[in-house]
Amino acid sequence: MNPHTRWISVVTACGAALLLGGATPLAAQEAHVGNLTGHAAAGKPLYTRYCAGCHGDEGDALGENAQWIDPKPRDFTAGVFKCRSTASGSMPTDQDLYNSVTRGFVTTNMPPWVALTPQNRVDLVAYVKTFSPRWRNAKSAAPLTIPPEPAPNIQGILHGRELFQHLECWKCHGPAGHGDGPSAHDLTDSKDNPTRPYNFQTGTRFMCGETNQDLYRIFMTGLDGSPMPSFADQLQPAEAWDLVHFLRTLQPLQTREAAIWREWVATHGRELKPIGPEGGGR
Amino acid sequence: MIARFTTLVALVVVASVPAPRHRIAGATISGKVTFTGTPPKAKPIDMSKEPNCVTQHPTPVTTQDAVTGPGNSVRYAVVYIAAGEQSVAQGTDTVRYDQKGCLYIPHVAAMQVHQPLVIYNDDPHSHNIHPLARVNPEWNKSQPKGAPPIRTTWDQPEFIAVKCNVHPWMHGYFAVLATAHSAVTDSSGAFSLEGLPPGTYTVTAWHERFGTQSQQVTIAGSETKSANFVLTARPY
Repeated sequence: MNPHTRWISVVTACGAALLLGGATPLAAQEAHVGNLTGHAAAGKPLYTRYCAGCHGDEGDALGENAQWIDPKPRDFTAGVFKCRSTASGSMPTDQDLYNSVTRGFVTTNMPPWVALTPQNRVDLVAYVKTFSPRWRNAKSAAPLTIPPEPAPNIQGILHGRELFQHLECWKCHGPAGHGDGPSAHDLTDSKDNPTRPYNFQTGTRFMCGETNQDLYRIFMTGLDGSPMPSFADQLQPAEAWDLVHFLRTLQPLQTREAAIWREWVATHGRELKPIGPEGGGR
Repeated sequence: MIARFTTLVALVVVASVPAPRHRIAGATISGKVTFTGTPPKAKPIDMSKEPNCVTQHPTPVTTQDAVTGPGNSVRYAVVYIAAGEQSVAQGTDTVRYDQKGCLYIPHVAAMQVHQPLVIYNDDPHSHNIHPLARVNPEWNKSQPKGAPPIRTTWDQPEFIAVKCNVHPWMHGYFAVLATAHSAVTDSSGAFSLEGLPPGTYTVTAWHERFGTQSQQVTIAGSETKSANFVLTARPY
């Protein structure tokens, strides 16, 4: 290798190192949802128009509106996401990000972006993936497998209630799921911003969806970046479904689970010990 | 050939007879970590939200982010070889981290990348363990009463703050280092890095509130060299 060629190769190596050192180059980032392929270059103008006001031009959650918003917008440079189908500590799938953009986040300022076309939303997902080097480094994780849901019954709901007591969900979410447990008032997210636990009186929507499957996924994967941990190591699928069915009884809705629960409580309600420090159960 | 065979035999012998922990061949760098300036006052921790933990501590516990002692000694500083190693051995000893009495024990655990870390919940109630990693993956797992330990490793060097969201006063650190040579200072601020081959090393002391400081130490043979660090403390 003569000195000239060596110099060129050094420059090339430095250039490559610079490129690899930052987040993924803009043009290269893609997202795949169903039959659609999103391109970061196409997502950028959409992001600037619809997202940068809160999430910031650099994706750092420092947009001009961010200071007025609580909870704070997601910081895409951290590469940590709440709504995932993957294990805690893994990156979400493109479909997960697409779903988050589509449905928005209840009790926050993030609206559902259903007014944008599906192609627009996939392009946005691709662009959001350019902000953090984690998208390049992290291993891709498989989505959680959710087995078929059994029909709810009173034994399962009562077991779910015992799990709610044993796993100490009530410490944050409160004995009746009103988001008023003893630890509720000084929770902070991973950026040390104050945050609140979910209140099951909110209505039909949870933080990441509204179906029983969504509820199952929320507590199994945890909401990374928030105080909500993953319970995947603690629950067998049958137990997880029992917990789902119990959680449904905490909502102000006419669900199948609530009907079964009301009927049982009308005759056996006195057998129940209240949930809390003294121990739940029957 | 004979020499190579002898080396092989020697290696096999060394490998099959585990050396006692406190007699590692090679040089030692030891010293103390102290501070100048005014450290923050240790504040009493209010654990009244978790009655179990209140009863576990007859005398009230104070915050551990700046634990200092007589002679301005600094506890829970991490001292490690930051540069100068010709080859890096992989630590395989398991590092144990406990949640007990609503505290992390030890407050700071030093470990090498890829070294096994096992996290226990010894309390009669639930904790969530939430390492706030920036470089490594950030995860957050529930560990209820009686749950099996969580076994994990870290891939990248990083000082990772650890918290429990249910008990917000619980706060600790995983010091994940590239080297196998590290120590956490004891209550007298003392540390000791053992088993170092000859060479010139950059030795770094890190403390979560008092910052970092480095110095060069050259080792010729099987000797004990002294290295002391004076970190700057600020009251807030």
